[in-house]
Amino acid sequence: MDFPDIPTTRRALLGALAAGGTAALLPGEAPAQHRAVQTSANIVILGAGAAGTALANRLSARLDGANITVIDPRQRHLYQPGFTLIAAGLKPSGYSVSQTADWLPRGVTWVEAGAAAIDPEAQNVETTDGQTLAYDYLILATGLELNYEGIEGMSRELIGQNGIGSVYAGPEEAAATWREMDRFTEEGGVGLFSRPATGMKCAGAPLKYTFLTDHYLREKGNRSRSEIIYAAHSDTLFGVPIVNEKVRMLYADRGFNTVYNHVMTAIDPGRKVATFATPEGDVEIEYDFTNVIPPMRAPAAIRESGLSWEDRWVGQGWAEVDQYTLRHARYPNVFAAGDVAGVPKGKTAASVKWQVPVVEDQLVAQIVGDTTDHIYSGYTSCPLITRVGRAMLIEFDYNNNLVPSFPGLIAPLEELWISWLIKEVALKATYQAMLRGRA
Amino acid sequence: MENPSLGMFIAVFEEVFGKTLFWAMVAAAAIVTVLYLYVLIRDRSVSWRKFLLAQVSMPFGAVLAVVFLWNVTHSGFGDIGGPVDLLVLLGVAAIGAIGAAILVYTIQSLIQGPDRPPQ
Ligand SMILES: Cc1cc2nc3c(=O)[nH]c(=O)nc-3n(C[C@H](O)[C@H](O)[C@H](O)COP(=O)(O)OP(=O)(O)OC[C@H]3O[C@@H](n4cnc5c(N)ncnc54)[C@H](O)[C@@H]3O)c2cc1C
Repeated sequence: MDFPDIPTTRRALLGALAAGGTAALLPGEAPAQHRAVQTSANIVILGAGAAGTALANRLSARLDGANITVIDPRQRHLYQPGFTLIAAGLKPSGYSVSQTADWLPRGVTWVEAGAAAIDPEAQNVETTDGQTLAYDYLILATGLELNYEGIEGMSRELIGQNGIGSVYAGPEEAAATWREMDRFTEEGGVGLFSRPATGMKCAGAPLKYTFLTDHYLREKGNRSRSEIIYAAHSDTLFGVPIVNEKVRMLYADRGFNTVYNHVMTAIDPGRKVATFATPEGDVEIEYDFTNVIPPMRAPAAIRESGLSWEDRWVGQGWAEVDQYTLRHARYPNVFAAGDVAGVPKGKTAASVKWQVPVVEDQLVAQIVGDTTDHIYSGYTSCPLITRVGRAMLIEFDYNNNLVPSFPGLIAPLEELWISWLIKEVALKATYQAMLRGRA
Repeated sequence: MENPSLGMFIAVFEEVFGKTLFWAMVAAAAIVTVLYLYVLIRDRSVSWRKFLLAQVSMPFGAVLAVVFLWNVTHSGFGDIGGPVDLLVLLGVAAIGAIGAAILVYTIQSLIQGPDRPPQ
């Protein structure tokens, strides 16, 4: 595909080259420390979640004269890592809610509509309210879609009744999940936990919630009257082998009944039975409480845009980007950041924090006709809560290597209070600093 | 922002305590420190009699700081999981102890005035 000509003055180009050069050396640098690059490029960002908002802030500080448009119908900004704490009864549902408008920088146009269709050949985006927006550069940051209908008999309306919880659905649903979990742990019974077979955000979250339910059962003296079943979708509990082994040991220590290669396909809320597809055929498991985590996929506008992988993650529609530069494989003026990116790891807010400066530098370098070595390593982090008061600060990359932020100080595979303090206290602040482009 | 790490540090603490409480605590700490320096300069010496009572207050300050942290983070002593946790606990206790000592010393000095010189 031909690359569009971006008008730039020679002076701006030279300044930009200097700025782009240092950017590659200083990952995670605050945007204000770069000299502004002059450009009149039209940049459209789809989604004002973690990645979209951070990029809007960083690019508007970095670029002078660019036309930056953010498209997102959602008025509420959701700090999703907080859902786990809400569903554990530790925070109110308002803990995760703020206003999208409060995070977007001045000078950026916010179109309060969804992207309905993308035409990467014509380089425009059609919105749900009928506008057509042309772009020179497009950033896909739509996050992902929770496909509750992918489980027969399941819908969002069921959350918070008859033992059905779903931490993922939203802050109110997380609070409703807590009410069900609280009731269940008062009474005891069978707690059923699982995860989908698709790519998913925060693959540690299903494990955390199992540990948290176990915690409350023990605290209330009802663990001996209960069974905890964890249905893993594959033959492992976690994609990183060294972490998988540790979780397997902890699960044995907590007395969880783990079954492998079980993928939830249907739920019968009346009978309180979930059906799982297994290599041996369908298996029914009864529950008194379950945390339903639905299959996940890219939003329809992405799946239908021709920008998705066709031969990988089939049917899930993640954007076909290079896993290091996050640039689209076929349309070099398109990037993806956050959950929608089709990369082997990294559907977490922590990954967003590392992806955003890469997309920023790659894009700015491209605008000025330069290149940069700044790449994304696959960094993902998951503060794996193992009970109220303790967590494991697990950080890893594409190679399944552990990449601890505090080597020698905070052991990644130990259940520690300090890791809990970081999750409870520091992560939301770090996330908010990231939204503003400062972390 | 001049120094992003300081800004992030502040943002983190604003989150823990809430903006108002955090800044009220910063202001209180600053005022006590200034008053402490004031009485030291005014009296031109450390009063060991006052320092004794200040020392007695230290364990209370230590315990108060730790219990406060446990409360805001839904955790407790049983959550200590490794050496680094013990260091954090001791660090928080030390800050509480030193803070209490400075506070008690300053209050005594402000109320009682300088020690009478020995006859
Ligand atoms: C229960 C739970 C626990 C988690 N725990 C952690 C954790 O401990 N640590 C961690 O790092 N991460 C965690 N995460 C993951 C983290 O929240 C996500 O990875 C992160 O929010 C991804 O950012 P994003 O910008 O890609 O998507 P989002 O933040 O989801 O934002 C996507 C935005 O795109 C908008 N959008 C969607 N479709 C369209 C469209 N067609 N047109 C325009 N806009 C659209 C949406 O309205 C939304 O505002 C957790 C997530 C959940 C649900």
